[in-house]
Amino acid sequence: MTRINVTVDGVSNADDVEPRMLLVHYLREVVGKVGTVVGCDTSNCGACTVHLDGRSVKSCNVLAVQADGHEVTTIEGLATNGELHPMQTAFHENHALQCGYCTPGMIMQAVDLLRENPDPTEEEIRVGLEGNLCRCTGYHNIVKAVAAAAGSMSSERSNA
Amino acid sequence: MTAVDDRPTTEVGKDRRRKEDQRLITGRTRWTDNIQLPGMLHLAMVRSPFAHAKILSIGTDEAKAAPGVHAVFTGADLADSQGVNINAWPITPDQVTPTHLPVPSERVAHTGEIVAVVVARSAALARDAAELVDVDYEELPAVLDLKEAMKDEVLAHPDAGTNKSAFWQLDSKAAGTGGDVEEAIAKARQDGIVIEREYRQQRLVPAFMEPRSTVVDPTGEQVVIWSATQVPHILRFAIAATMGIPESKVRVIAPDVGGGFGGKLQTTPEEFATIAIARKLGKPCKYTETRSETMVSAHHGRDQWQKMTLAAEKDGTVTALKVDLLADLGAYVAIVGGGVPVLGAWMFNSIYKFPAYQFNCQTVLTNKTWVDAYRGAGRPEATYAIERIMDELAAEVGVDPIAIREKNWITHDEFPFTTVAGMTYDSGNYEAATAKALELFGYDELRAEQKRRRESGDTVQLGLGVSTFTEMCGLAPSRVLGSLSYGAGGWESASIRMLATGTVEVVSGATPHGQGHETAWSQIVADRLGIPFENVEVLHGDTQIAPKGLDTYGSRSLVVGGEALVRAADKVIEKAKPIAAHLLEASVDDLEFEAGQFTVKGTDKGIGITDIALATFAAHNLPDGVEPSIDADATFDPVDFSFPHGTHLCAMEVDTETGQSTMRKYVCVDDIGTIINPLIVEGQIHGGLVQGIAQALWEGAEYDEQGTLVSGSFVDYTLPTAADTINYVSEHTVSPSTTNTLGTKGVGEAGTIASTPAVVNAIVDALRPMGIDDIQMPCTPERVWKAIRTAGAQQDKAPTADAQAHFGEGAPNQDPAAGTTDGAAQ
Repeated sequence: MTRINVTVDGVSNADDVEPRMLLVHYLREVVGKVGTVVGCDTSNCGACTVHLDGRSVKSCNVLAVQADGHEVTTIEGLATNGELHPMQTAFHENHALQCGYCTPGMIMQAVDLLRENPDPTEEEIRVGLEGNLCRCTGYHNIVKAVAAAAGSMSSERSNA
Repeated sequence: MTAVDDRPTTEVGKDRRRKEDQRLITGRTRWTDNIQLPGMLHLAMVRSPFAHAKILSIGTDEAKAAPGVHAVFTGADLADSQGVNINAWPITPDQVTPTHLPVPSERVAHTGEIVAVVVARSAALARDAAELVDVDYEELPAVLDLKEAMKDEVLAHPDAGTNKSAFWQLDSKAAGTGGDVEEAIAKARQDGIVIEREYRQQRLVPAFMEPRSTVVDPTGEQVVIWSATQVPHILRFAIAATMGIPESKVRVIAPDVGGGFGGKLQTTPEEFATIAIARKLGKPCKYTETRSETMVSAHHGRDQWQKMTLAAEKDGTVTALKVDLLADLGAYVAIVGGGVPVLGAWMFNSIYKFPAYQFNCQTVLTNKTWVDAYRGAGRPEATYAIERIMDELAAEVGVDPIAIREKNWITHDEFPFTTVAGMTYDSGNYEAATAKALELFGYDELRAEQKRRRESGDTVQLGLGVSTFTEMCGLAPSRVLGSLSYGAGGWESASIRMLATGTVEVVSGATPHGQGHETAWSQIVADRLGIPFENVEVLHGDTQIAPKGLDTYGSRSLVVGGEALVRAADKVIEKAKPIAAHLLEASVDDLEFEAGQFTVKGTDKGIGITDIALATFAAHNLPDGVEPSIDADATFDPVDFSFPHGTHLCAMEVDTETGQSTMRKYVCVDDIGTIINPLIVEGQIHGGLVQGIAQALWEGAEYDEQGTLVSGSFVDYTLPTAADTINYVSEHTVSPSTTNTLGTKGVGEAGTIASTPAVVNAIVDALRPMGIDDIQMPCTPERVWKAIRTAGAQQDKAPTADAQAHFGEGAPNQDPAAGTTDGAAQ
């Protein structure tokens, strides 16, 4: 067992974990962050995407021990002070989810996409979401939602 | 027939944002795998690596001794308690239906079958110990190819004596719904046109995003089962019917379920094994599969060979259609496995006025993963074949694909129309949907561009694909199901509870897994009872909360379940009426109900229905003999199906040098009757389209010669991503259904049913001048490139314009260009 210290959604945690434990299993089974889900076993689906120090990672592709000393944000920590993140609002407004299973990962990836590129083209959004699979929406409304969030976040910035 | 209600609506038709979203976008969802119970144990499955093998021995000692392991069970250990996986639809009385034990003890019949189950303190420990279970197999010859299986040389189940499970026929002459198909074909061979083709429906994996998971708590009076299922009610029935547990002792809960697409309408070995083991140990148990396990053990879809014979007059007027279907069931006849291809019986004739029709369906057992419903279930397969062959007819006659359809389709003034397959189509307007689609698509401009590219010898050719489809929704009238020997009815149930404080609980027997029932049902009830949308709570998916139901599949929830809702609401109003009259001191006959208010005609006296709910709760002042409740239940059994339709148009650019196809534009105009929530409908269409497009272009479950699924993970089973897809133009025409009050028709499967042939027709259209008339799905760049190369070589040898091949007696397809595809042995 290895001792790790990980801040998850603003709460610091100190846990002994098996070195082989994946970050996603640490989040779900140890920390109780079941909002982050597992959709595959080959790192293809992206359902488990979280932010590690503000950058998106597939948490099935990171060992829990690699997160030692780092900060993780999951879908559960995205809304702040009871306010939804603009990306969450955009997904709701644009009907960008149906069963919702890919949604936590999709939203976390989309947030990171806009961090890197605040004003993406449709093509850039599509390529930026390539690592996240959705079986329900056909991506049409997800792409629309990300574009809408980019718009609302940019007007927030210009108003600030 | 039900008259469509024309009362004013304020909620129906509104693009309400979904009530479901809040928990899903914030990660506060209750997926089955999220559930933790005190003392819960975890299961891992040991699965067969062989397609067909005898189990000689299973060594469990080492696994049992591993850290954290509580028990290891084999099929022999569970023999008395594991129940059996049921087939609910034997399509013929003599159907060959091999017994399907959740954990077999003697023989496995496909790769991925469970042979032992390890129970441990954690999922990781269980999985570690599963590696230590030592199974000794004797490999048996496996039959993997559908056509090989028909020869009965190698048997999927030696005891059965044959691989042929059942043969089912619909013949229009015998049924009295049309003419003699052989006569019409013979005539066409003399003086008309006969087109013969064989199409392949490749095997697909439903690939819902949430892997299946089951949690069982056996510690209470009732066994409580949470499962990622589309069918909690059917599961409860199957458990009670086969596991020796009284139905009243079984509670099944489908919490938030992450997609299904038919893939979760099964009652599964994993569920049965988890229940049996939890009961044996008296401890809560959880089993959650890995994606790799989903791929080999959850049922697959499609997998047919479709031999089509279409007869027409020289001018393209169709005279007969004969369909010979070979359908792979996989290793076992799944819950509706045999019935899925049979659903095509009423769909191959589609929107066209064939005077004679015959549908023959042979279901076949092989040593592959079992096959059952996948989005559309029987209808996409049928639509694909008929829409592909109608394009072939157009090419033969030398007219535009739209023109050949116009010549043969049912016109809007002919509804209701009884087809050659004996179905009565409720309503529709193919002309209107097509006209709208052509305009949105810019069909004429694209045809002009295609001509330019052809003339200039552009290396990137443009193809236009047409699919004018219909489908049957609203499964299903119970009497029809009974006549087909289906093991259950097709009704749906709803209850409405009028709470004292003015809000309303709606209980639905339909069980959503992403469709947005909570939102749409709220809209319907809000309108019907005149109460705010926000004040309606929709409850579902738990057999204790929603005790009656037949669940969600086959585009049935709204058409059948929605009508149950309407009827329950109307009963509430009827029950409230005498109470309203009493409180208003008026006669019942003088009351009117509108927008939530009972008013006395010609006066300003009135009372709201929520006030009556409170007065009923208090029950201080009710009329004599009236029970203190205005709650109501309704169970609706449809009299007929509904028949949505639409026109889908697809433009594909095909690079003739690389074989790469790129979608340029996709337009669909769907007529799904009345739309409750346009936002939800668009979502269903988009998602459906991409699943259908994915069959045309990317997906296919491929086995090697040992019977191993080589596309057994998301690395190899290529689901489309955002980068592979485009935005879609989706519009509607509205021909309200006449089979339910709301006029709805169903939309869950429409996109998937329509889009596959639109895409393949477009690719073939791009390449037709090269002499290509088929590409087998998925139309990968490799297959397209090979088709172009082969066709080029053939054209160099001899022109084949007059070669109209025919099937010889019992011979496979002789169409030369069909030989351009590989993968025939898949």
